[in-house]
Amino acid sequence: MKESRRYLPRSVIVVISTVVAIIGVALAAHSMTTETLVASPAVVPSHAPGDVDYWGMVFVFLLSAFVGLGVIRRVSRLLYTPLMSLTNAISAIAVVGAILVAGPDYPIEIRVLGLIALFASVTNIVSGFLITDRMLKMFKKD
Amino acid sequence: MSPSFVEFFYLVATALFIFSLHWMNDPKTARRGVMAGASAMAIGMAATWFQPFVQNHGWMVLAVLAGIAVGWPLSRVSLTAAPQRTALSHAFGGLAAGLVGTAKYFAWLGDGPEALTTFRMIAIIAEVILGFITFTGSLFAAGKLQELNWVPQRPVTYFGQNIFNGLLLFAAIGMGAMLVNDPTSEIAPLLFGGVVVIALLFGILLIIPIGGADMPTVIAILNSYAGLAAVAMGFVLENKLLITAGALDGASGLILSIIMCRAMNRSYMNVLFGAFGSVAPPQEGGEQGEYRADTIESASQIMEQANQVVIIPGYGMAVAQAQHKVRELYDQLMKRGIDVKFAIHPVAGRMPGHMNVLLAEADIPYTSLLEMDEINGEMPQCDVALVVGANDVVNPAARSDESSPIYGMPIIDADKARTIFAIKRSKNPGFAGIDNGLYFDEKTWMLFGDAKVVIGNLVKELTGESGL
Repeated sequence: MKESRRYLPRSVIVVISTVVAIIGVALAAHSMTTETLVASPAVVPSHAPGDVDYWGMVFVFLLSAFVGLGVIRRVSRLLYTPLMSLTNAISAIAVVGAILVAGPDYPIEIRVLGLIALFASVTNIVSGFLITDRMLKMFKKD
Repeated sequence: MSPSFVEFFYLVATALFIFSLHWMNDPKTARRGVMAGASAMAIGMAATWFQPFVQNHGWMVLAVLAGIAVGWPLSRVSLTAAPQRTALSHAFGGLAAGLVGTAKYFAWLGDGPEALTTFRMIAIIAEVILGFITFTGSLFAAGKLQELNWVPQRPVTYFGQNIFNGLLLFAAIGMGAMLVNDPTSEIAPLLFGGVVVIALLFGILLIIPIGGADMPTVIAILNSYAGLAAVAMGFVLENKLLITAGALDGASGLILSIIMCRAMNRSYMNVLFGAFGSVAPPQEGGEQGEYRADTIESASQIMEQANQVVIIPGYGMAVAQAQHKVRELYDQLMKRGIDVKFAIHPVAGRMPGHMNVLLAEADIPYTSLLEMDEINGEMPQCDVALVVGANDVVNPAARSDESSPIYGMPIIDADKARTIFAIKRSKNPGFAGIDNGLYFDEKTWMLFGDAKVVIGNLVKELTGESGL
């Protein structure tokens, strides 16, 4: 048991820092272009994100990734299959994005894409949580 | 609902998601975890839905009902098919992420260039690439697991595969970079379409060289990609709930795939970037000696005299649906005071933990299911090792034969038991096409046939002898 917990440091930190580095580069590039936008007075950003806290989002991502790693590492090895169907259901949180696209007053093509995404996410939510519960019901001590 | 209320409910949902995963650390509390996760999902959905700018309710309710109608039967599949179902779900998740990214791009394109900031464009490209790779990749993985006719079962490899895949990915990133540079140029929608098509194609190309034995790793990686796609969506929509839930999912997939890699002695980076290493060509068989087949009668006699029996299940047990017969055998042996344990290799089956779920389905208490590291110390004292449809995970070549493709992979030391019985469908080598020296060991007796039938006969023999 001990041995399997040793793996965390290197590979995981490489992956997470890669993702964070990509986001950082994106942010840097973003701030450069926004400055040029502001510099040209012709552009009045009506829909531009004014004071979106991008760095806050990166912090949220970094911390929740580490919370996730800490929590998942303690998951019982017996339960990997239910864990996978549970996280599968949780990743259907994309449903929030689907609602945000299907709901507002967008052109019809865009809303249709949102509706398909909504359908796909709800399928995952329903089947994911139900089958996880069905599996877990079967695990008995004796 | 006002924005700060929405944020508050998102916060509650995030906390519940974390608890949900936390409670998975013990089978006793795990069902509570599902409740927490489902409530978190309901809260997040409701908080998003009941915002003033969300209209279009009729169609959305219809989409939800359709989702329920499809999701319900998907949750009733047999547990042997759990890997396919999971892969199919990943496909749905990837599709949702990809579509939302696409929709958001075109919505902002209509609004004008100032909406498509560099940051948003990068996030959208990441979301779309990850989402659509997950979509087709998972779809093909599900097809492979379901053994559909139109999906090649054997790993498909060709000359320059990795170079070609690398070029494709490079092309997608290049087109993405052009889009980021000028998101509203005339060819921008075309470029966007190109990125989508390449991502879809790449997903397929990523899966076709993969053999069944690598499926647990691949499913875990696709799980991770689906989570990362949700994170990217969170950056696109500036939605923190998407980021937290997606990160939890991504972390889970990451950890499971690392565990699977360790269990197969494969490097993690190698798998992450899709270079799944080609499967070694099958060796010429017949050079290692002869199988020694045994009869059910003598096998059951030997088992009756044992003090400790270790059963090592593999994918063959799942295919033959033999877990319920295994349970009967377990009962028969336990009744005679024989200690029966199950030795579970991390990559046995087609997804992480596959064997545990199947044995739990057959009502075998989870306290009898032991991990490889826990059982290996006991193997020399074990009287009988019964291999049910497992192959590579008990192949001693992993310890001794440096030329073997599975050299270095940790295995269950079945060969250290006093007597070994191996149930095998046919005399062909296993999925990886590697001969298994265990079967030619002088302590090994083969029981050829379908696992369900063979174990059924063993049970019959044992019940018959007990005079009932």
